[in-house]
Amino acid sequence: MAAQIPAAAVFTPASPMGFWQTYGPRADPVTALNWGFSALSIAVVVIVTALVVAGVATRAHRGAAPMADLPVVRGPGGMRWIYIGTALTLVALVGSLAWTVAVLAAVNSPASKPALTLEVTGHQWWWEVTYEGDPGESFTTANEIHIPVGQPVLVKLKGADVIHSFWVPALTGKTDTIPGRTNVAWLQADRPGVYRGQCVEYCGVQHAHMALFVRADPPAEFRAWRDGQLRPAPAPATAQAGAGEQVFVSRCGACHTVRGSDAGGAAGPDLTHLMTRTTLAAGTLPNTVGALLGWIEDPQSVKPGARMPPTYVPPPQLAELSAYLETLK
Amino acid sequence: MSAWEDARVPESARLGSPSLGERLEAIWGDGPGLRGWIASVDHKEIGKRYIVTAFAFLVLGGLEAVAIRAQLAGPDLRLLSPEAYDQLFTMHGVTMIFLYAGPILSGFANFLWPLLLGSRDMAFPRLNALSYWVYIAAGLFMYAGFVVGRGPDDGWFNYVPYASREFDPGINIDIYALGLILLGISTTVGSANFVVTFLRTRCPGMSINRVPILTWGTLTASVGNLLAVPSVSLAFFLLWMDRQFGTHFYDTAQGQPLLWQHLFWMFGHPWVYAIVLPAMGMVSDGLPTFCRRPLVGYTPVALATVTTMALGFGVWVHHMFATGLPSLALSFFSGASIVIVIPSAVAVFAWTATIWTGRPVITTAFLFFAGMIVLFVIGGVSGFMTAAAPLDWQLTDTYFVVAHLHYVLIGINVFPVAGGLYYWFPKITGRMLDERLGRWNFWTMFAGFNIAFLPMHLLGVLGMPRRVYTYPAGMGWSATNLAISLGAVLFAIGVLLLFVNVWLSLRRGAPAGDNPWDAPTLEWATSSPPPAYNFAVIPSVASRHPLWEERLGESEGRSRLDEGLLLDRGRETIGTTPLDAEPDLILEMPADTAAPFILAVGLAILFTGAAGHWWWASGGGVAVIAIALLMWFWPRRVHADEPAEPAHG
Repeated sequence: MAAQIPAAAVFTPASPMGFWQTYGPRADPVTALNWGFSALSIAVVVIVTALVVAGVATRAHRGAAPMADLPVVRGPGGMRWIYIGTALTLVALVGSLAWTVAVLAAVNSPASKPALTLEVTGHQWWWEVTYEGDPGESFTTANEIHIPVGQPVLVKLKGADVIHSFWVPALTGKTDTIPGRTNVAWLQADRPGVYRGQCVEYCGVQHAHMALFVRADPPAEFRAWRDGQLRPAPAPATAQAGAGEQVFVSRCGACHTVRGSDAGGAAGPDLTHLMTRTTLAAGTLPNTVGALLGWIEDPQSVKPGARMPPTYVPPPQLAELSAYLETLK
Repeated sequence: MSAWEDARVPESARLGSPSLGERLEAIWGDGPGLRGWIASVDHKEIGKRYIVTAFAFLVLGGLEAVAIRAQLAGPDLRLLSPEAYDQLFTMHGVTMIFLYAGPILSGFANFLWPLLLGSRDMAFPRLNALSYWVYIAAGLFMYAGFVVGRGPDDGWFNYVPYASREFDPGINIDIYALGLILLGISTTVGSANFVVTFLRTRCPGMSINRVPILTWGTLTASVGNLLAVPSVSLAFFLLWMDRQFGTHFYDTAQGQPLLWQHLFWMFGHPWVYAIVLPAMGMVSDGLPTFCRRPLVGYTPVALATVTTMALGFGVWVHHMFATGLPSLALSFFSGASIVIVIPSAVAVFAWTATIWTGRPVITTAFLFFAGMIVLFVIGGVSGFMTAAAPLDWQLTDTYFVVAHLHYVLIGINVFPVAGGLYYWFPKITGRMLDERLGRWNFWTMFAGFNIAFLPMHLLGVLGMPRRVYTYPAGMGWSATNLAISLGAVLFAIGVLLLFVNVWLSLRRGAPAGDNPWDAPTLEWATSSPPPAYNFAVIPSVASRHPLWEERLGESEGRSRLDEGLLLDRGRETIGTTPLDAEPDLILEMPADTAAPFILAVGLAILFTGAAGHWWWASGGGVAVIAIALLMWFWPRRVHADEPAEPAHG
């Protein structure tokens, strides 16, 4: 955890998932469209409501005369309402459609060649993130995406099991991850910070706990992070951590990979640099030693239905496992 | 219905002979006891059953909503397990959309249509009964899984691959798949019945430009259903085949998960219009009565109704904007979805103009109809926002969409239905609903609804996804969710007041008289409640407003309500030509029979057997269906007092 910059120093949007303020060229034209459409919509609601209320207030019959005693008259001028109202609506709609198509064209692809291509795969219920590149330049992580600030990043989206949807509201709208297809999105952050995202296509019992984070750093910091991620896990320096590695390989290695160890499972997240992440279980828990050990022993009480089974590890071995996991920086 | 060119020219008669009513009552009345009740094919009886059953499902769906709102009232609550929550939100959607919103409108249409059209029953009374019995069978079928903890749990649109056997192996999804196919049978036969009823059983003189707008709404919905329901029935049948027999329609290796979404939404979007257009028709017919003038713009409103459905078949992809479609497709479907606002605008301005150029009488029914205009506009503009593809990438699958669809479905269905109940309850029961309690009812529902659903727009823009069973603190969602949950409770109390009013008024409501609102259309020319035969003599009409003609002084001829065709030699009504409604033939209407009920039971057994792989039971169901069909088509004597005639042609 020492490697982490303290949270207070990192910018995060005041509303972590809100999108009335956004921070990159993929999202910003849409945000302007949102404000414009919202203003138009609110104006329409206010006008029609005022018309209905004023109409009732000024035209209503007072008194308690039986309805049969009230005259029935086809008052003049009604059709003008339909002609004028529909004409104004048509003008507003044509303008809105033109704006919509313009925004669609503006955000369709980034202005410059993407600096980076990621492959993000939706799993029940976490995100696998692979940084594409030549062998030796490529690595895999989970749930936390680091990008260089101010540069477009291409995101290839895949589905491992069911349909999920990739969404980081401050940076980009949704694109579904569909098994059997590869969808493409892109994003760019113009301000360093941490931007939260979440799965937004219902995908099963833990759909609620499938967050992700995009962290935008100045290019030098990003490169330092990437170089760290490219390295395999260091060999355990202490006997306790070494014993912990054996526990990890035998108890966790069927599902999880730690590069540099014999653990090579592919069902769960790659844990090579687990300690560089801020959260566990796709944003469900803070990444603290206590939360981590609790999660290992009883994931089902935290995230019922999660694919990770409870793993009972006797206390001495748990201490060893903990010592090992803490080396995964 | 067996129709033939009748050599007999029906006689005309004036009202006044008391024995005519007795004779017709004997011909048209239901038989005694439970057997008579089950065998009834009277459209009014079936309509009432539809209304009561749909309201029962509304209550169930409402209770599910209350449980959902309790779980979401605060962050990280654990009142419900995730699995229970998933079944609850799925059943809430299935119940409200399929078992309440469509059937309640079928109920009103069933009760009202022959009365509005000056006829004695729907074109196919037995099909009508079948439609009801299959509906309730499908509802019970889908709830059977839920009560044992095996309800559908993939949302009402049930996306694959999550709905495939690999990821959702229980019987949950099979019950939904088969239940919706079963319900599709009900919807299909009901829709066919409405279409033929509209075209052939309007009273003489009720040309196609004189029918009430409600019938335009139901007709449009019915045609839409006939074209749309096959898509969803096919989608669910293929899914069931994938799940049970390992076919590969949707699997990711050899099939195509997006095929599901196309098939579902090709049905789903027209269905949305099917469950609002008849309700908009209620407003178009009810609101002018209280404004003491005809609806402004009958023709544009009728055309807008039809146009909405026609365009509604070209917008389904706006449910799929985030699936990675090319920009050209996004632009096209954004355009289509934005254009569909225009017919809605026509209706809104027609209603507003009706208020401004009329003199509204503020009754509870009027409040519901006028309130609906505002809610309709809110649901309309949020729909317009989601129609813009790039904006939808932000809005879709958040609470903004939850807000939108509830403004549409509650605003344009529940509010008009509540208004319609205040309007037509006197006709249905002979008693008035209480107006004082009615005001409380309206304002509680209106306030509760807006407190519950207006903040959901904000919640959506704050980024809360829909269909999450819980959410963390610190997202800025907690206070809004609490307000929403409190608003939902207030709204539920408002709906409860409606039922309290019905319960009290059934016992001691003021007697209604034939036409308590001094309304212009034919249903108000009958007694309240109407006799089994509706009209002693078949009326003929000369305008859209037969009961207002003298005061409006517009039409050249005069409608005749107390003199008309005398059809008293069996269950008979008049068949007329599709456009001009000129008398064409005498329609022999069928007698009461339990065959539709037995057929529905057979279908339920067939589907239950299929769900459980009890193929012997399915075989038994087929045998029951065969018996029911034999009963249904068994040759009968057409007139009780004459020997059976062979049908001509």
